[in-house]
Order: sequence, then structure tokens, then C-alpha cells
Amino acid sequence: MLEVKGLSLKRGSTEVLHGIDLHLRPGQVLGVLGPNGAGKSSLLGALCGELAPSQGHVLLQGRALAHWPGQERARRLAVLPQVSSLGFAFSVEEVVGLGRLPHGSGQQRDREIVEAALKAADAWHLVERSYLALSGGERQRVHLARVLAQLWPGEEGATLLLDEPTSALDPLHQHTTLQAVRSFADRGAAVLVILHDLNLAARYCDAILLLEQGRSHALDTPARVLTPQALKAVFGIDVLVQAHPERGHPLIITR
Amino acid sequence: MKQRVQPRTLFICLTFLCLLAVWLSLALGPVSLPLTDILRAGLRLLGMPIDRTGLEQAELILGQIRLPRTLLGLAVGAVLALSGVAMQGLFRNPLADPGLVGVASGAALGAAVAIVGGAWLGGIPEWFAPYLLSLCAFIGGLGVTALVYRLGRRNGQTDVATMLLAGIAMTALGGSAVGLFTYLADDATLRTLTFWNLGSLNGASYERLWPLLLVALGVTLWLPRRAQALNALLLGESEARHLGIDVEGLKRELVFCTALGVGAAVAAAGLIGFIGLVVPHLVRLVAGPDHRVLLPASLLAGGTLLLFADLVARLALAPAELPIGIVTAFIGAPFFLFLLVRRGR
Repeated sequence: MLEVKGLSLKRGSTEVLHGIDLHLRPGQVLGVLGPNGAGKSSLLGALCGELAPSQGHVLLQGRALAHWPGQERARRLAVLPQVSSLGFAFSVEEVVGLGRLPHGSGQQRDREIVEAALKAADAWHLVERSYLALSGGERQRVHLARVLAQLWPGEEGATLLLDEPTSALDPLHQHTTLQAVRSFADRGAAVLVILHDLNLAARYCDAILLLEQGRSHALDTPARVLTPQALKAVFGIDVLVQAHPERGHPLIITR
Repeated sequence: MKQRVQPRTLFICLTFLCLLAVWLSLALGPVSLPLTDILRAGLRLLGMPIDRTGLEQAELILGQIRLPRTLLGLAVGAVLALSGVAMQGLFRNPLADPGLVGVASGAALGAAVAIVGGAWLGGIPEWFAPYLLSLCAFIGGLGVTALVYRLGRRNGQTDVATMLLAGIAMTALGGSAVGLFTYLADDATLRTLTFWNLGSLNGASYERLWPLLLVALGVTLWLPRRAQALNALLLGESEARHLGIDVEGLKRELVFCTALGVGAAVAAAGLIGFIGLVVPHLVRLVAGPDHRVLLPASLLAGGTLLLFADLVARLALAPAELPIGIVTAFIGAPFFLFLLVRRGR
């Protein structure tokens, strides 16, 4: 559970985020959308404490981020960065096992959780492989499994922040990944995910924050946020929005 | 995935090799000593009541020459290898080496300042001189490590290329400063200085050994406690923070341990290159990158490899003796090139 009030952030002298308010609730998947440079990654940086806000504050379960001891915070908040630069030949099992570092739950339990997390990320078949021998998309799924293992099983009180977890994935794994994230949230975790694909966001998110030049353009359900007017204003694209014929969520078609 | 050697097998093999190296290092030399003499003289040195007849020579050679030399070799090798692991973890790059990033030359500069400055000042108590040397080498190493690390930082990330280039510049700068001291030194100090720059276990004495053994013990006890944190650090600094690791504290510890270890090793045995690079690499090739295995295995392998290198240095041109720095560089530099080529593929 994460609460953000009046968050502003400066990088150098430019203000990259201005007056952001949001409330990430247990069981919720909140998608963050916006064009390049809108401040999505800066927002994620501020939410996980990597970047210090110039104004406002971020509360994790009612307590300011900086006031959490590192390990206790790591048991409640996990972050998947856009790229990871691991240059050593760890096995996939070892990489995912690093997610269990904050816990001390014992070897046996850790091994079960690593297996479950790898299966959730559809990467269990890679378990014996060397991380360095994997493709970009496989690496991304292994890191997803690592952050899932960090918060496993994803009960209420767990908060997961994901920066473009589908950027290197094929269409099937874009869906399996977000499905894994979705079931994580269904067990009670709060999830914030940065996405570029509007249709993926419409399908898997409960709410969407649309960012435009560091400001919140809209924060509401996908059906209310993903309108032709809003997408024209923020992304500058002309789209048709229709209901998905089977699932009912908005379907965005470029003209 | 390539099959790794089980840690237990690895440790058994390394312990065996280490004991072999210790035995050879004690036995071989201008006078070869049989194993029974070594054991009996060794027990006598430990205070056991054993008949001294026929053992006088063995006891003298062991106690005064080969034992301190062997201990020095083990400690220097172990500390350099551990420092290599710490550097490679800190920079998250398997090619970082205490010698390559300028730490060793900083320590050498500190040692030069102590040797030449000490000779100039005079009046430094005899018992304090070895400690002054260790202290100056340590300060030199620490200063350069901190500076290179600071120069390699960009926007909260460590830029390895910048860091290596800064290391080259610092090595050159340290080299020129040592050169200046060489120029200023008188004949006696000049000899001492030249000996540092090539590295040697020759003339090992217990006075020079103590500070190093203390440092080796400290680093050996401290670093393995950070094995899991080092594993997490390899993912990246912010990733490690998100896993609950106090990254700034960890980096300070790594810099401190490296400066302390390399400083003490350089003070005791001069510049011995490539052990810190080659040893962790060999261990990773065999047993994988997990620091819980890598740290203790590098400790053993470092001491062992340095003893074997010292044997080569002592025996290759006997009765003359090569500086050991030449031997390790002769083995290490081609190995480094081999790694570069392999990485490119």
C-alpha cells in the first residue's frame, strides 16, 4: 500500500514531476501511461526512494519511505527496473534466489518460492541455465520472477513497482507476465506498472494514471481515462476506442 | 549450463594444493629438507620437547627463513585475492583488479614516502619503521581507491570505463612520484625502493609479518560476512538497495578492506600484480560467482598460487632469485589478455 501526496521532483533545475497524488491500494493494479519523457520512470524512482522528492511525500503503509529500515522495507516493497546489468554467470535459480535475501525463511522454503515464482513468470524451464546465456526477454522474465519471489505470495501489505516489464517480450509473454502480475494483485498485493501498450493497460489494470509533462492528466478507471480526446491530448494520436467484443474493456485502434 | 564443481570438492582440492604448496615452500631451496625434518623441526618450534641432534640446521632454516617466507606468501596471496574479489564486486566487473585501478600504485607511493621520508627525517624508532611503512601504504591505497571510485561515478552509477582510465592515470601519477623519490633517494634507500617495485618475498621477517597477518585475519573474517550482500550488489546498486542492503555502507567497507589489504600486502612484499585478477577468475570458472564460495576459495587459492609463483621465482634461476612480481605478471598478463579475447566472443 503506497500513498503519494503532492509529489514534486526536480532533476537538475527542471521540474520533472509536479503535484502528483495517488493511492495504491491492496489488490489494485495501477497502470502508468504517458509519452517518452512524461516522468514515468522519475515517478517510479520517487516511489521507491531512489530519487528524493522536492515537495510532498511518499508513505509505505502509512510510514515515510526513508523511515523504513532497509530490510523491513524490502520485505514489503519490490522494484523491477527497466534494465539490469548483471555481468556474472549466476544460474537462473541463484538470481531468483537473491529475491529471498531480505527474508531468512530457510533454504527449503526459499527453494519452493523460487520454483513458484519462476513458474508464475513462465521461466521455470530456464532454472538450470546460466543467466548470461539468456536472451533479453528471458532475462526480463527471470528478473520478474526475482521480484515476485521477494514478495511471495503477494499478500496484502506487499507493494510491487514494475518499470515496463513487457518491453522485451513476445506477444504471448506480454500476456503471461501481466497475467502473473494480475494474479499477484488478486492475492492482495498492490501493483504499479509502467506500460507503453495501451491495450495491455486497458485489459489488465484497474486504474490508469495518464502522465503528461510531469503532471497527472487523468487518474481513473481505464474506460474513463482511455478516451480519444485524452489520448489525442497526451500522445497526439488519433484513435478509435471501442469495447472489446468478448471482454468489454476499452480497445484502442489507431486510425 | 556448464557443470560446476561442488563447493565441498573444491575446498578439499584447494586444501590439498595449499598443503602441498606449503610443504614444497618449506622443503625446497639451496638446502632441501626432508619432510620428517620439517615436521620435527616444526614441532620443536612449537615448543615440543624433541631431540635436537641433527636438527640444528633444519630448525634454523625453517624458523628464520622459510617459515616466515611461507607465511608471508600465504598471507599476501590470500589478501590480494580477497581484495580482487572485493574490487570486482564493488565495480561489478570481473576485470577489475587492485593493480589495474591504481590501488597498488597508491600503496607503493605511500611506501616510497615512508621509506625515503623516513630516511630523511631519521630518528624514527627502529620498532616503528615497519608499522610506519604499513600505515603509509594503507593511506596511499585508501586515498587512490577513494579517488578512482569518485572519478568513476556518474549520476549515481559507477562507470567502469572511466574508472579504469582514472586508474591508469593514477598509476602513471603514482609511478612518476615513486620515480621522483627514487631520484632523491640515497643508495641504501634506493635498493629498498627498487625491491618494493618488483615485489619479493625475500627477506621475510616476523616484524614485517605481524601487521600483514593481523590485516589478513581481519579481512578474512570480515568479508565473508558480506557474501550475500556482494551477490546482491552484482545485480546493480539500486537493485541491491531494493533488496534491503545498505549499499553505501557496503561500498565503504569494500573500499576500506581493499585499501587495508593491498596496503598491508604492498608494504610487506612490494608490488605483486595479477593475483587479485587471476585467482577470483579461476575460482568463478570452476565454481560459479556465488561469493559464499568465491571468498573462502579465493583466499585458499590466492595463498597457494602465490607460494607456487614464489617457488618458480626461487628455483627457476637458482641460486639467483627472480622478483616474484615478474613471475606473477608473466603468468597474469597473458591470462588477462585471454579473458579479454574470450569476452569479445
